[in-house]
Amino acid sequence: MTTSTPSKLQKIIAAGHWAVTSECGPPRDGRPDVVEHKVNLIKDYVDAINVTDNQTAVVRQCSLAACIRIKLMGQEPILQMVTRDRNRIAIQSDILGATSFGISTMLCLTGDHQRFGDHPNAANVFDMDSTRLLSTVKTMRDDGKLLSGFEMREGRPQMFIGAAENPFADPFEIRVLRLAKKVAAGAQFIQTQCIYNMEKFKLWMKMVREMGLHEKVAILAGLTPMKNAGMAKYMKNRVPGMDVPDWIIKRLGSFPKEKQAEEGIKILLEQIEELKQEEGIRGFHIMAIEWEEKVPEIVQRAGLYPRPAVNGG
Amino acid sequence: MIMAKPKPMDEIINDIKDFAKVLIVGCNGCVTVCEAGGLKEVEALTSALRIHFMHKGKKAQIDGMSITRQCDKEYLHELADKMDSYDAVLSLACGAGIQFMAEMYGKKPVFPGVDTCFIGVTEDQGVWSERCQACGQCVLSSTGGICPIARCSKRMLNGPCGGSEKGKCELSVLLNRDIPCGWHLIYERLKTFKQLDRFAQPAADKDWSTSREGGPREIIREDVRP
Repeated sequence: MTTSTPSKLQKIIAAGHWAVTSECGPPRDGRPDVVEHKVNLIKDYVDAINVTDNQTAVVRQCSLAACIRIKLMGQEPILQMVTRDRNRIAIQSDILGATSFGISTMLCLTGDHQRFGDHPNAANVFDMDSTRLLSTVKTMRDDGKLLSGFEMREGRPQMFIGAAENPFADPFEIRVLRLAKKVAAGAQFIQTQCIYNMEKFKLWMKMVREMGLHEKVAILAGLTPMKNAGMAKYMKNRVPGMDVPDWIIKRLGSFPKEKQAEEGIKILLEQIEELKQEEGIRGFHIMAIEWEEKVPEIVQRAGLYPRPAVNGG
Repeated sequence: MIMAKPKPMDEIINDIKDFAKVLIVGCNGCVTVCEAGGLKEVEALTSALRIHFMHKGKKAQIDGMSITRQCDKEYLHELADKMDSYDAVLSLACGAGIQFMAEMYGKKPVFPGVDTCFIGVTEDQGVWSERCQACGQCVLSSTGGICPIARCSKRMLNGPCGGSEKGKCELSVLLNRDIPCGWHLIYERLKTFKQLDRFAQPAADKDWSTSREGGPREIIREDVRP
């Protein structure tokens, strides 16, 4: 967390506030107003907005273009970048392009396999993985060099660098080691996979603290509200790496359909309260998938509103 | 070894249907072991094609044979006397053998009888799986003898992705078959050898220039050249 950048998210965290981020999935067409609309729904309730990069390997408006739009709206985008679709040439080129528009926060990912998406017959790239992407951004920022060794005299990227981590994937024991590796590679903040299994998450946090990693990296707890019991079941059974305990499905299912969404939000709010007590948690990443309009209500009910102002944010 | 599987019959028939005399040539190397292109498969295919064309009322001469290897000139030379008697060749060798055949007998149309799939192993009778992608720069010494390039769906070099569950790759659910997570295997091996410290070190960027990405490859070894 030492290197200081113009990133608003970094400033919020450095000032000791809970950080709140959310995400915006660009549309599957070229309309200019969809991202703008989503951003307007949430902008006053979050510190920065992740823009997903062809998530689940489905073709969407490009993350960088949407981030530029958000930046031009005066808001703070988090550029998500996957290594699935780009080699090291395209990766560095996009980082430089983002830098030219003042984008200063990035989330480095490997990306879902393309066989999950709408073009399962496509070739993938995977020239590097997320860990190497982190160190690529760090090299460009701290050494002012491209991977080729070319030195940038001016216009060096000023990125606050983030990574994802999934405490619920296997092998469980490797997850903290992998986090340590990502921190060593340059990760300054982490947005976790959606947390539902609180017991396992707390065990992971305990291991994170034992290694002192919580002092080196800001961990934002990833949360997704369940709209209904059907969504909870789907996430449990069909989404790789997702750990949804049965009690969540049962609790949602015990309510009539029209009341399940409210119960999903209640569960999420209870989780936020519990996570606020967990040493090392520095904020919340609320992924309300195609349900962005609920973010303001969640942030308000979680006692995280108004968002603090920071200089230069 | 190189793994191949027989091409669908319709595809083969479509390729050779316009030729009167076709020689099917098998290979006694890898494709024999994976039961896709050895003498046994040549004989079965020869009979099947003869019957097919007979039923169609088409006069066709289909003959079959197999040679030691199709990826070596000396064995391909054995076919020199026969070639003039045929209009086309159907090769059941791997992609390398098929091409070498076509290079050696430039005037003869050569068609593939198999789809060449990967470098792999025989897990069980009738079950073959991939182990190597011939990247040209072996990393097995640092990964417990298990290849992350060939056995991780995302060829990750720094550990399992977030989709690894109970030792299975995230593609297992989607493809409805058990695909071991390569990094789970690597982790277990390193743990057994008490070498987990190797995992802690971030891997450097892979040099893909020795892989297919560097263009068609060639090995020239002066020490074994005549």
